[in-house]
Amino acid sequence: MSSEHSEGFPKKHIVGFIASIVLTIVAAWAALSSGLPTPWIITAIMVLAVIQACIQLFMFMHMTETDSGGIQVGNMLQAFFVAAVVVAGSIWTMSFGYSHNHDGGGNDAEMENHEDMDH
Amino acid sequence: MENFINFLVDDFFVTGEPLIYGAMVSMALVSIAIVFVLTYFKKWGYLWREWLTTVDHKKIGIMYIIAAIAMLFRGGVDGLMMRIQLTLPGMEFLDSQHYNEVFTTHGTIMIIFMAMPFLIGLMNYIIPLQIGARDVAFPFLNAVSFWSFAFGALLFNISFVIGGSPDAGWTNYAPMAGENLNPGPSQNYYLMGLQVAGIGTLATGINFLVTILKMRAPGMKMMRLPIFTWSSLITSIIIVFAFPILTVALALMTVDRIFGSHFFTLTGEGMPMMWANLFWLWGHPEVYIVILPAFGIFSEVISTFARKQLFGYKAMVISMVIIAGLSFVVWVHHFFTMGSGAAVNSFFSVTTMLIAVPTGVKIFNWLGTMYKGRIRFDTPMLWSLAFIPCFVIGGVTGVMLAMAAADYQYHNTYFLVAHFHYVLIAGTVFGCFAGLTFWYPKMFGHKMNEKLGKISFWFFMIGFNVCFLPMYFLGFAGMPRRTYTIEPEWMPLSVTASVGAALMAIGFAVFVYNIYYSFRYSPRETQGDAWDGRALEWATTTPVPYYNFATVPKIEGPEAYWIMKSKGETTYDKEKVEPIHMPSDSGIPFIMMAFMFVGSFGLVWEWIWMAIAGLIGVLVCMFIRSFDYDDGFHVSVEEIKETEEKARGGEK
Repeated sequence: MSSEHSEGFPKKHIVGFIASIVLTIVAAWAALSSGLPTPWIITAIMVLAVIQACIQLFMFMHMTETDSGGIQVGNMLQAFFVAAVVVAGSIWTMSFGYSHNHDGGGNDAEMENHEDMDH
Repeated sequence: MENFINFLVDDFFVTGEPLIYGAMVSMALVSIAIVFVLTYFKKWGYLWREWLTTVDHKKIGIMYIIAAIAMLFRGGVDGLMMRIQLTLPGMEFLDSQHYNEVFTTHGTIMIIFMAMPFLIGLMNYIIPLQIGARDVAFPFLNAVSFWSFAFGALLFNISFVIGGSPDAGWTNYAPMAGENLNPGPSQNYYLMGLQVAGIGTLATGINFLVTILKMRAPGMKMMRLPIFTWSSLITSIIIVFAFPILTVALALMTVDRIFGSHFFTLTGEGMPMMWANLFWLWGHPEVYIVILPAFGIFSEVISTFARKQLFGYKAMVISMVIIAGLSFVVWVHHFFTMGSGAAVNSFFSVTTMLIAVPTGVKIFNWLGTMYKGRIRFDTPMLWSLAFIPCFVIGGVTGVMLAMAAADYQYHNTYFLVAHFHYVLIAGTVFGCFAGLTFWYPKMFGHKMNEKLGKISFWFFMIGFNVCFLPMYFLGFAGMPRRTYTIEPEWMPLSVTASVGAALMAIGFAVFVYNIYYSFRYSPRETQGDAWDGRALEWATTTPVPYYNFATVPKIEGPEAYWIMKSKGETTYDKEKVEPIHMPSDSGIPFIMMAFMFVGSFGLVWEWIWMAIAGLIGVLVCMFIRSFDYDDGFHVSVEEIKETEEKARGGEK
């Protein structure tokens, strides 16, 4: 992919922009009024978020322009590492042995899962 | 009208405390004095043109350092007040509520508004000079960073006369910091003050990451970077990845408090411990944000004053990269006692002990650098030498705390308090003092007085050990952290600690007096290389011209200036001078962040109209900036030649 940001009609940006809006609306619809079971909603919005992130990186943030490729890749790897640590680490830390059942307990599948893991 | 007056007296201003009345009066007097002096000497225009609108990294760096020293004073006074209260059993100097507020502001100010700006100030001044750049990559953004820090600090600091100080500790744990247990504006000051200052820190991280990667002089390869620049690069990376976590956590709690959501509340499915989790996900990398630049400073100082090349440069760099990675996977050691399972606590025990390894490597690098060196004992070197044993005590007790099972005994005792003061004061504060005295001649054109410098060093260093070493034993004796009154059996050690605190205060006072004394009496620097330095910042003239380098040198190895000196090269080659492109000053950063301050103040008091007004002001400033086509200006060859010949005297 060559650099397209000099002149001409910014096709890539328009497509990315529309796709971002559509994905956001779909995610909002899935969460608010799709009526799907909770695990499905969570899965759906996670998948949509990853697609959204990829669009951002490739359409707007010039990921594939290579003059400083090594630095970009290094930063991206660190970003994914930190994101994984924040999400997975928080879930792991906050679920194993930690009970937040003090106000009468939750009602969704996720919460029941946590309680199984309590000891 | 009567309602309004009642509001002012009952809620808006903090009333009923003689200490705070005293503070109000002194603040009012100082403000009046400043306004008077500026008006009398007709300096308003000078202040606006030369400082408030500047985008010069050197001036911004100096403003950061001045603000940090002011904050060190404020945080230090908080610390002294706590020591007075804890000296004897049954003291009634502070009541429990007031004590809670004082330890909260002490911790927050020292970390967020003292340690970071002090180091960022030094980075601002030195990094572009060390890599042979004429400014940072985004000078306008740099000014935005500074003003967001300054207004964030202002917002946090006015809390103690307007509305009341936050009192839930610098960690601001939920549910204590939540709306139910802590209504009113005081906690909002913490949230908004940190949020506003955090914008600046994040922008600084991005700025220095890009500056160091993209603005290096020709030939300045990554493995030729001075070690302070390397440490700042790693710090910037940690900032970029850690600060968004704080931003999100603060925003969630702000929404909890102001708009009634339930992220961290006890009721409505909230998870109070999630705050602790998110806070330390940022908070532990933050520890390395404030220690790595200090490591860089010590490396520079030790290498210069041992008159040897830094021993184990590569090992230094690799250990910093490892620290940057590991710093993100140790955060749970701050709350082992939350009661996670054995697997979680053991994992974080092991990672915490692992991170001691690269840190230990660096200790041996410094020792190796000094081995067989011809050491000069100037003040910056004294701070660096004192750092090594003191920091090792702090580090080793840190490994003791890292053992999850043992931590159940140490947690929230004075043992912990002693540990983190040993690493933060011996590491960061000694580092700031070492760096400031080391680079002082470059910044201000004269050295700090050696004799006064040594007096302040000995007072501060001995006072520090007398103050904090007893706290380890107070911790073993069962004294809990954040207690406002002590038991009789802790008295001997407590009195000792208070004596130490007084010695530290004397040391700090001498340091500040030294700034004044040196300004009056120190001989002026006639050339740029005050300490027989090795890195590129010493190649510039003193004072540094605003464009830094008349001609950018070609870098031929590590220790760029050492090589240049041996060849007789300078940063001024008459044949190669070309017009230099520099950025224009701008008042927008100051005005934009002033609006941000107004909006945040509105949010603190939950006056939504004011928050919206402030936000609109910020957006208008951004809009104006977006259509600002000022590309800066060019410095003419004649001006450069004139400046350089004047600065260099007869030379060349």
